[in-house]
Formats: sequence, C-alpha cells, structure tokens
Amino acid sequence: MDTEKSPRIGVFICHCGRNIAGTVDIEKVVEEVSKIPGVVYVKDYVYMCSDVGQKLIADAIREQGLDAVVVAACTPSLHYETFARVVESAGLNRYKYELVSIREHCSWVHLNREEATWKAVRIIYGAVAKVSGNKAYDPIKASVVRRCLIIGGGIAGITAALDLANAGVEVVIVEKSPTIGGKMALLSETFPTLDCAQCILTPKMAEVARHPHIKIYTLAEVVDIEGYVGNFKVKILKHPRKVDPSLCRLCGFCERVCPVEVLNEFDRGLSTRKAVYIPFPQAIPASYVVDVENCTRCGRCVKVCPTNAINLDEREEVVEEDVGAVIIATGYELYPGEKLREYGYGLYKDVIDSLQFERMLSASGPTRGEIVRPSNGEPVKTIVFIQCAGSRDDNHLKYCSKICCMYTAKHAMLFKERVPDGEAYVFYIDIRAAGKGYEEFIKRVQEEFMVNYIRGRVSRVYQDVDGKLVVSGVDTLSGKKITVKADLVVLALGMVPVLDPKLASKLNTPLDEYGFVQEVHPKLRPVEVASSGIFVCGVAHSPKDISETVTQASATAAKVLELLGKEYIVREPLIAEVDEDRCNGCRICASICPYGAIEMVEGKARVNELLCEGCGVCEASCPVDAIRLRNYTENQLLNTVRAVLRGVV
Amino acid sequence: MGGKSVIIAFLCRWCAGAAADLAGVSRLHYPANVIPVIVPCTGRVTPRAIVEAFLNGADGVFVGGCHTPSDCHYMSGNFKAFKRVYLLKKLLKQYGIESERLRIEWISATESQKLVRVLEDFVKEIEGLGKLLR
Repeated sequence: MDTEKSPRIGVFICHCGRNIAGTVDIEKVVEEVSKIPGVVYVKDYVYMCSDVGQKLIADAIREQGLDAVVVAACTPSLHYETFARVVESAGLNRYKYELVSIREHCSWVHLNREEATWKAVRIIYGAVAKVSGNKAYDPIKASVVRRCLIIGGGIAGITAALDLANAGVEVVIVEKSPTIGGKMALLSETFPTLDCAQCILTPKMAEVARHPHIKIYTLAEVVDIEGYVGNFKVKILKHPRKVDPSLCRLCGFCERVCPVEVLNEFDRGLSTRKAVYIPFPQAIPASYVVDVENCTRCGRCVKVCPTNAINLDEREEVVEEDVGAVIIATGYELYPGEKLREYGYGLYKDVIDSLQFERMLSASGPTRGEIVRPSNGEPVKTIVFIQCAGSRDDNHLKYCSKICCMYTAKHAMLFKERVPDGEAYVFYIDIRAAGKGYEEFIKRVQEEFMVNYIRGRVSRVYQDVDGKLVVSGVDTLSGKKITVKADLVVLALGMVPVLDPKLASKLNTPLDEYGFVQEVHPKLRPVEVASSGIFVCGVAHSPKDISETVTQASATAAKVLELLGKEYIVREPLIAEVDEDRCNGCRICASICPYGAIEMVEGKARVNELLCEGCGVCEASCPVDAIRLRNYTENQLLNTVRAVLRGVV
Repeated sequence: MGGKSVIIAFLCRWCAGAAADLAGVSRLHYPANVIPVIVPCTGRVTPRAIVEAFLNGADGVFVGGCHTPSDCHYMSGNFKAFKRVYLLKKLLKQYGIESERLRIEWISATESQKLVRVLEDFVKEIEGLGKLLR
C-alpha cells in the first residue's frame, strides 16, 4: 500500500560551511546516497538554507520531477519550516519532505572523518526510506480563541498584558499573590537611571486594572490546562480573598481592629502587618485581603466594615477560561540566604538580603527610607555589600544572576547619598556591567561616590562583643587579608526561578537544570517553548533586569499577536487514521489514547482530528495494524530501521 | 566501521532527541556507532521495530524518552514504552539474546551531558558483550 509507485526522490546535502563538511566527507556521502534505489537526484551545496541553496532545491523539484525530498543538514527545530516552504513553493506537498540532522547528530559530535561519514550516510538511508512512504496531506484548520493567559502579574506579565490588550486581545492574568506588581513593586529606585520603581510601575498597574480587555485573578493559580494551540482550556484555582474588592473602600477600619500581628512579607519581614491587610497602598486590586493562614476568625473586622465587604466564609473556587495562547511570566525568588551560613544570614538581624535593603531604601518602606540597623534601629555608618552571594559557586548557584553587580552599585550609591559621611564597601569577584549606560554608572559609583570596591571573597561574617558585624575576607588584588567592622551587611543573592515543575509539565514546557524555562532556540525562537502556543518572558526564562524583561515581554506579546491574529490556525495533519476494513473494534487504542481522541463508532475506532496530537501510541498498540500515524506508519518505521542498517549483516 | 558494534537509538523528538541536538550544539562527543532514529514519542516504538533492528544487524538498541512521571510531551507514552521494553527484555532472554542489549533511559531536552554519558556507557557495555551472533 505504501509502495504504489516508486517515488522519484531528491536528496540535498548541506555542507553548512565547514560545520558538516569539516568532519563528513560530502563527496563520499553523495556517491553512496546516489546508489539508493529511488534516489534520482543528489546535490550538495555549501549553505543549503541560503537563497541560492533554496532555489537549487526548488528548481530540482520542478526540473527533475521529484515527488519526495530529503534535506540532510541541521536539526529540524532550526530549518524544518525553511525547507518546507521551499518544497511548497515548488508545488510539492510539504509532507513529502524530510529534514535530517547530519550536523547536531553527526558532524558536531564526532571527530573521526571516516566514522562520521559512515554515520551520515546511514542517517540519510533512514530518511530516504521514511520519505518513500510519506503521503501528501493538507493541514487541518482550527479556530482560534483570541484570548491570552498570562501566568504571573509582575512587570513581565503587566507589560505583555498591556501590549496585547491595547491590540484588542483579551487577556487573563493569573497571579498567586494578593496583588499584581511582582518583585518590581518592592524596589526603591531602578538602575541606571534611578527612576523610582513605584512611579514607573504603579501607573501601569492601574492601567491594567481599568483596561476593559484585561481580567485579573489574584490569589490564584493555574491547576490544569488542556487543549492545543489556539484552543486551550485552563482551570484556575481561586483562593479566597474574603474581602470583596468591589465593595472595599480602603478605609482601613478592619486593619485597626484586627488583633493578629504577623511579619509583613511585602517588607520582607522588616515590619509587621495585621491578618487583614493591604500589601501596599497602590495594590491592584485596590482592596484589603484576609490572610487565611493567620486569621483567627474573631470576626471584629466583619463588624466594623462599613460596606459589609468582608465574608470570612468565602471558599476557594475553580474557574475555567478558554484561551488561545499562554505566556509564562512567573518570575523569581531570591536564593535562600539561610543556605549561606558563613555570612550569618538568619543568624544576625543586621545581615539582610538585597530586597530587604530595597524595602529599607524605599520611601514607603518599613523605615520610610532611613537606613538603620534592624537589630536596634540605630543609624548605619559602615555598610558592606557582598556580591555573588551564593552565585557562580558550585555549592550553590552555578550561574551568574546578571543584575546583582548593577543593583549593588545602585545600593552603594543610594547609601552614600543618604549617609554622606558613611563608608561603603563592596566585595566582588568580577564586575559585570554590560548594558546601555551600565559601565558608566559603576564608574560613577566608584569615583564620584567613593565606594570602596574590594576584589575578593568574604570568608565569614561574625558579630563582635559590641554587636558590630565583622566581615573578614581577602583582597585578591593585593593578596592581603581584610576585615571590616560594619553596622549592616547586605547580601546580593542570586535569582532562582519559581515556576512549579508540575505546572511546567502540564504546559509541556521543558525546564533547564536550574528550573528556568527552556526556549526553542536562543536566537531564532527566543520566547517560544517547544509546545506551540506557549511563550515565556522575564526571569522565568533566565536572570535579567527590568529593561530586558520588558523587552522580552513585548516580544512575547508580538508573537502572541502573530498567532492570535490569524483567522484560523493550521494544525499538523500528521495524526492517527483508521483503516476501517482492518479495525476489529478491540478498543485497545481508545483505552490507551492519552487525549481521549479515539471513539468507537459502530464498532470501529474513529479519530477526532482536533484532539489527536499525533504521538502514535495507538499505532504501536494496535494488534491488527489498523490504526496508523500518518507518515510514521509501522511500515515506514521498519523500513527506516532496515535502511539505516543496510548491509550491516 | 568494519567489525565495530552498531547501535540503533530510538530517540523521542521532544526530550532525548532534543538532548541530542543540544549535545551537538555543545560539541560534546560520543561514539559514532550510535545511529539515531527520531520518533515522535517512545510510545510509538513497537517491540517489532526493536526486534527488526536486532535482526538487521544492530548489536544494541537504545530507547531514549522523557522523564517519568510527567515530562512526556504526550503525557504517558514513556510509561507505555517502559512496559514494552520491560516485557521485550524478558522475551529476548528466552531467545538467547542478552537483555542488556536493550536499554531505555529518561533524558530531558536539557540533559545533553546525561545523554552522552549514558550512550558512552551503553556502547561500552555492548562492545563488552561483543557482536550479536545471528
């Protein structure tokens, strides 16, 4: 059935400059491939993806009357689409073409020319065998829901939401905390321009709140997602706020009568709040919230609320939303300082992390912008900043968090502005200040603000008898041991991603070894993940500063617009199909299909083409070979295996 | 490659296959007698395809898929592959073929180093067993 008429196959072999040709003997490959029955045309070229190379393929399809094409070049994730379009432009169906990698899977991973050539030939044997069985299919058209889910309401999510909503796409933001704003809402000023973070952020937050196309779920999390690009069904778990934002007038009566006092997470534990509270005055939604964990349900707040906005019996609920695309913007948390015992974090109150210092610098923070010792409230005269705290360290974070050099310089500058007679020390390994105006900023801090930069690592921080912190380390430039008596020590902790791996897995989103979202390709598809319809921006992807986050967020918005702007989307037609004559109605496929895409109609299996994802599990389990994955049929797989091993025994 | 062992590696497109791409991009090296056959999912690999590889000259067959329990792009194909491989290994033994000649491993898209380590180890093991006599 698969060999009705032997096809005329063309094979195109790319040198990729020297990337392939440097290791693989192209001439030999051409010679061997030309001998394959059915292969009527073989051509090699230095860069097959170039205009000239593409034209070469298109011309050959027309002139040689090719009805199947194999391109042996780089990985399909790079140029599958490029050559598919070439094939289509020459009037051949795109599914009559295969791209196999003789670069990533061969020339780049082997050194021996003879062995690599042998293997490249076999990879092409396999591809030719497979393409011989390929049939032409038309893409399946599916409707698109013009709505986008954004997971995370920090500056990344906010930026993407506004870009999309302003372009007319409906946006659903799911934020786990009681307010949007994310980590940026905690910051005092931002480098290198020293814009006040609140002044840039809160107007955007307000815009999000009143935008007719944006719906916000706070205290919420995505618990399940199903469907496919253009048509996702998302289940969102809403934790109870217990205060109705539409009724709350922010009078604060509830807060005054609440008897429970706990550490305020918004001030990173440097102040306290009540069990009914508002994270910060400009929070969105502008409403109080009941901290379910700490509330004693005494009911005093309910009695004093003038608008009856508080309902302590409110329960969690699950809501469903239909969306066409998803943006992951889940951001980060700081690396836990407690893991750095040698620096005394968690042991001494005057050793704090960089976000705590941001809160201290903030005019709306726990000290109203005064820099004081958390232990006794006395002013700080000597301050030590420890950069790379837990970063670039095999025992902690192997990577560089990229922003710490810059924010530490900013911290030191803001300290010197507020305490001109104070002394600031920065311990660093290297200064990494690549960015517009960044190097100049560091220079200014070092020269104009006279901050002492010491190249070296701190070995430990301990407290002396009069309560001062002793920072002891080595200046690696002079080789001398250094001890500084400090009032306050600030650790520049690195960033760690917070996207729950379980959620990532539901989104079919690969994570790297640190938990950051893996993009498809760093240069060609930097904001897309392997599952189509899912995008990523901000620190969920990798450590980056606000400017880069905003840029990337707008990039995701552009990609989502590209997707949702279409009248319909095209789904891969390479799904399962049933040969009804063979099907004996055993139902194994229906029971094994992970998508419930197979139903039994009049005793025969039938594939729902909008639900089938094309995994082929059904084909592998069919006892009578009645269900087939298009262009991955059992015959094709067996022929591929045989071809790859041609002449081995 | 005269005389050397030949190994067929069925790699799923999303995890182990992507790790093989990354191994290339990172210029890691592994033995050239491993020939990849990319499949959409390890759940698509039939025992018959594995047997076909042994019949046609493979000395070892490697199946590389996404981590259990929940990394599989198609939700549960990796479990199905695991069950099939488990049963097939028992069957191979009955036919006098060492069950070590068939191996299944979970390798995520970012674990290129693991892929290389596992492949090197598998090649060493297969070379230790020698050619599969037919």
